[in-house]
Amino acid sequence: MKPAAFHYHAPSTVEEAIGLLSEYAPQDGHILAGGQSLVPAMALRLATPAHLIDINNVEELGGVRTESGYLCIGACVRHNAFEQPIVEGPLGRLLATVVRHIAHYPIRTRGTFCGSLAHADPASEWCLVAATLGAELLAQSTRGVRTIAVEQFFQGVMTTALAPDELLVEVRLPLLSKETRFGFSEFSRRPGDFALAMALVVRGEETRIGLGGVEASPRRIAAADAAVEPLRDPRYSAEYRRDLARTVVRRALEQCS
Amino acid sequence: MQLKLRVDGAERTLEAEPRHTLADVLPTHAGCEHGVCGACTVIVDNEPVRACLMFAIQARGKEIRTVASLAACSTAGEALHPLQRAFNEHHALQCGYCTPGFLMLALPLLDRIKKMTDEELREALSANLCRCTGYQNIVKAVRAAAEAMR
Repeated sequence: MKPAAFHYHAPSTVEEAIGLLSEYAPQDGHILAGGQSLVPAMALRLATPAHLIDINNVEELGGVRTESGYLCIGACVRHNAFEQPIVEGPLGRLLATVVRHIAHYPIRTRGTFCGSLAHADPASEWCLVAATLGAELLAQSTRGVRTIAVEQFFQGVMTTALAPDELLVEVRLPLLSKETRFGFSEFSRRPGDFALAMALVVRGEETRIGLGGVEASPRRIAAADAAVEPLRDPRYSAEYRRDLARTVVRRALEQCS
Repeated sequence: MQLKLRVDGAERTLEAEPRHTLADVLPTHAGCEHGVCGACTVIVDNEPVRACLMFAIQARGKEIRTVASLAACSTAGEALHPLQRAFNEHHALQCGYCTPGFLMLALPLLDRIKKMTDEELREALSANLCRCTGYQNIVKAVRAAAEAMR
């Protein structure tokens, strides 16, 4: 099917983008970033936004920088920017390892890191990375800028703490110390397909275990044997997903032992 | 609405609404039209993209390359690009519906294929669906084309 008609806006600054979002959000206006999830949803008429505010021409959102111990990722940074380590040290290597599991090559040339977080698909690899590492998310609107801790950001399947008029302008990931080791394991039916379960283990001064694809939102679990509440899905039983969760956590732990 | 796009090195003026994707306005094969199959793949600023997931209006000012740019027109007729020739020689197509998409997917890979492991190449080519060949010959053809172009 073809997407339903919409009004197209192409701001070139963040000021302009949030101005348009504030004006059109009450009339079903949404942000268009990489479009690799939104456009399929529109083609299937699962989404029929009345206005799209395309941020791809906003140059100030296209950059990555390190600042006071954080890697700051702008809203338009695409998945393929992480295929070679984007920053020295374990964090760059971790992101380069994980990115290979995200969809496919021509999707990674368009889809964005921040777009994945704003979309909040339970099977999103970047959402798992953000949840495991304790990311900070910067939301901007005409009302101002606020920082949202990742623990408050994900609120369920494709549901986040972002208000309709807020633009996710940047995500900040803490840099990892030199000695940090990590392991990542994902199970999906086909390469590039949605993850049914994935785990990220990061061992530095403390050990962090993150679990994704199993529950409504990815999260850091307190211990490898933590109780989980799997998604309800007619194709995959809760017990099956629990079993996959145990397997991917074990594999990720083994990688960094 | 009139839209000016640069397609295969030439400026084209097209009639398009914002909801029209590149797959709607370019002569590409459209398959699933929601980003799964890759049949509509074109190259935008040197990177392969799903034409059905990019609105045509977003491609203003960008360099778009379609399969039509591959075979150079000469007075002696059409000469196939080494990638097309390799697909032909290695039986990397049968019905041919996915072929333009595979050619556009593989073309940007040819420069860096020497550094790619078989696993990496297969991962990259797994982006597109082919229901005839079983993929083995597509992998062979892409490697052979890179060899031929060295």
